[in-house]
Amino acid sequence: MGLGVESVFGDSVVTTKLDTAVNWARSYSMWPMVFGTACCGIEFMSVAAAKYDLSRFGAEVVRFSPRQADLMIVAGTISFKQAPVLKKIYDQMCEPKWVISMGACACSGGFYDNYTTVQGIDEIIPVDEYIAGCPPRPEAVLDAIMRIQKKSEDESIIKERAKNFKGYLDA
Amino acid sequence: MLKPDMIVNPSELKSTIKNLKDKESFTLLLDITAIDYLKFPVKQPTRFALVYILRDASFKKSVTIKTYVDDATLSVPSLTDIYFAADWAERETFDQYGIKFEGHPNLKRVLNHHQFEGHPLRKDYNITDRQICTETEGLMDEMPKLLTSKGYTQQEQDDMMYLNIGPSHPASHGTIRNFLALEGETIKACVTEIGYLHRGFEKSCETHTYSQIIPYTDRLNYCSAILNNIGYCKTIEEMLDIQITDRAQFIRVIIGELSRIIDHIVCNAANMVDLGGLTNFWFIFSARDKAYDLLSKLTGARLTNSYTRVGGLEYDLYDGFAQDLEDVLKAVEQGTVDALSLVEHNRIFHDRTQDVGVITKEFAISAGITGVNLRAAGVNYDIRKTNPYYHYDSFDFDVVLGSHGDVYDRIMCKFEEMRQSIRIIRQAMKNLPDGEVNVYAPDVLLPAKKDVYGNIEGLMNQFKLTFEGIKVPQGEYYSATEAGNGELGFYVVSDGSGTPYKVKCRPPCFYALGAYSKIVEGGMIADAVVTMASMNFIAGEFDR
Ligand code: SF4
Repeated sequence: MGLGVESVFGDSVVTTKLDTAVNWARSYSMWPMVFGTACCGIEFMSVAAAKYDLSRFGAEVVRFSPRQADLMIVAGTISFKQAPVLKKIYDQMCEPKWVISMGACACSGGFYDNYTTVQGIDEIIPVDEYIAGCPPRPEAVLDAIMRIQKKSEDESIIKERAKNFKGYLDA
Repeated sequence: MLKPDMIVNPSELKSTIKNLKDKESFTLLLDITAIDYLKFPVKQPTRFALVYILRDASFKKSVTIKTYVDDATLSVPSLTDIYFAADWAERETFDQYGIKFEGHPNLKRVLNHHQFEGHPLRKDYNITDRQICTETEGLMDEMPKLLTSKGYTQQEQDDMMYLNIGPSHPASHGTIRNFLALEGETIKACVTEIGYLHRGFEKSCETHTYSQIIPYTDRLNYCSAILNNIGYCKTIEEMLDIQITDRAQFIRVIIGELSRIIDHIVCNAANMVDLGGLTNFWFIFSARDKAYDLLSKLTGARLTNSYTRVGGLEYDLYDGFAQDLEDVLKAVEQGTVDALSLVEHNRIFHDRTQDVGVITKEFAISAGITGVNLRAAGVNYDIRKTNPYYHYDSFDFDVVLGSHGDVYDRIMCKFEEMRQSIRIIRQAMKNLPDGEVNVYAPDVLLPAKKDVYGNIEGLMNQFKLTFEGIKVPQGEYYSATEAGNGELGFYVVSDGSGTPYKVKCRPPCFYALGAYSKIVEGGMIADAVVTMASMNFIAGEFDR
């Protein structure tokens, strides 16, 4: 078993930049931490199920453990009561980490313009990719995951991401 | 004028309700809510009124009781000693309106966060006044009290392990938080905290027209959005005294039952994942994906369909619908058989589900549990049979009953209800009448596009309905349907304008969740997880 390259390269040495090698590995082994709170979370279940098959992107290991995850997908409405919980889980994830905001609610509060709903999770944590829709179709989620893969490919592993972000819960 | 059935003095409230329960066997407390008359066009005796909705033991009759709350004290006696369901219902009313219930053992907020000030559903609370919550609640105000009431000494309490499950936890199915006191793996006490998905449904209803609310109802129980659409539209139609066409009724039945199937699929699939069986999930979810393809063809959306309109439906069925539907039904049948073949004779499955999470009949009724959870306990209550609407009495189908009320019963009842729904759908498809799907009512339904663009009356009509909304006669009204989780009721107060004065949703799983902590106490953590999954808690519904 191998990747197939051994038939071409034999046991020769391949040189590459560390960034390239690590990023390549990272982008095809995303571990999503799904912060699914509402309807969008149900659509995420469809993304993971047989038809849309998230595992084609190497991102099927859905863990609810922030320590093991490097991609946070916020799927659903975030209320003010939930906000500190979301922030805490984001903080517990190790670097490097990416965040996808799935659906109108997570991006902007959606059509819940009222006393309880946070008007976009970027008031609390930094976001890398936004997905429109209420809920977005599974294809749109896959698209965002591919965009994150692209993003993670041309970043340097020694640079800390999103360190200048300040949300309203970062006192 | 639409009126509540009874108006009583606050001083007689408790005795009246107790009488109704004891003498006329109104055993089910469906809901409690308040109305703030501050901005109501007709002067009322006091600012706040409370509404209690009860149902009798035959489940055929419901009664709404209203009482005007004294402005000076803003307090009424609590009913927690009569109905278990009153516990959370009163807490919610206190939270949203600030009305106190004397004698309530634990009167604190339930939907809004503990740092919240004021009461959002009061008419003088501005809808966009947001309040930031900076920390989560410890729940250590409730837990010691609860343990002490169960007779544990301070020493024993110190020796217990306290564990927090949720609000973001794979086993909590949505944003529920359970705070447990454990001895080993046995749950000695459990406190449930909700409100993490409180999205202000009821307040939002007060700033939108009747038609604009339909998309909000989708997001109550997002596993069976159309059933919520139907429940809401049916209430408004009854208030307007509109009879929708036969064809619309049949289509509502067909699509509604399909939604019920999807709802049960999600619940059972997730339940079996919690038991460790992922294969079942693939088997039954593939049928669900087929159903979603059909729904997106029909309504344009997969999950949040907003398919019904007050007075009918958004679209008629498309060409080839019958074939697509039959394919879906076949896939569901196949998926059910496949999934069941894995668990039916599986010893582990039986051990993990039988005699686990038992809900007794008496407790279920007292806690206000309805739907499959109640039927699995052996109580024959299904609104489709007791108060048939949309010709349900002409369809041949069985009410599915369990005998134990355990997790096994609930799973199997859901599987069987899926079969019954398929039966109903097939009969309805066979007898589907021709004709229009919308009633002719220019003051309720938007005109055809050719009129909007073609003549001034059509254009005006469109304008008036869009900007002013449907004018519903003044008064208040309660109506209920059998939704995925049980009795889904809407209590609507109209001031005669195009926007409801108040909409209260009676969410079935709010009451089931209120009872959850009592059901799992004494059991093991692992059992609590499957019990939770089997009761189908949908955060959008109990938190609204
Ligand atoms: S964006 Fe829409 S579908 Fe997603 S959680 Fe919000 S209301 Fe639900």
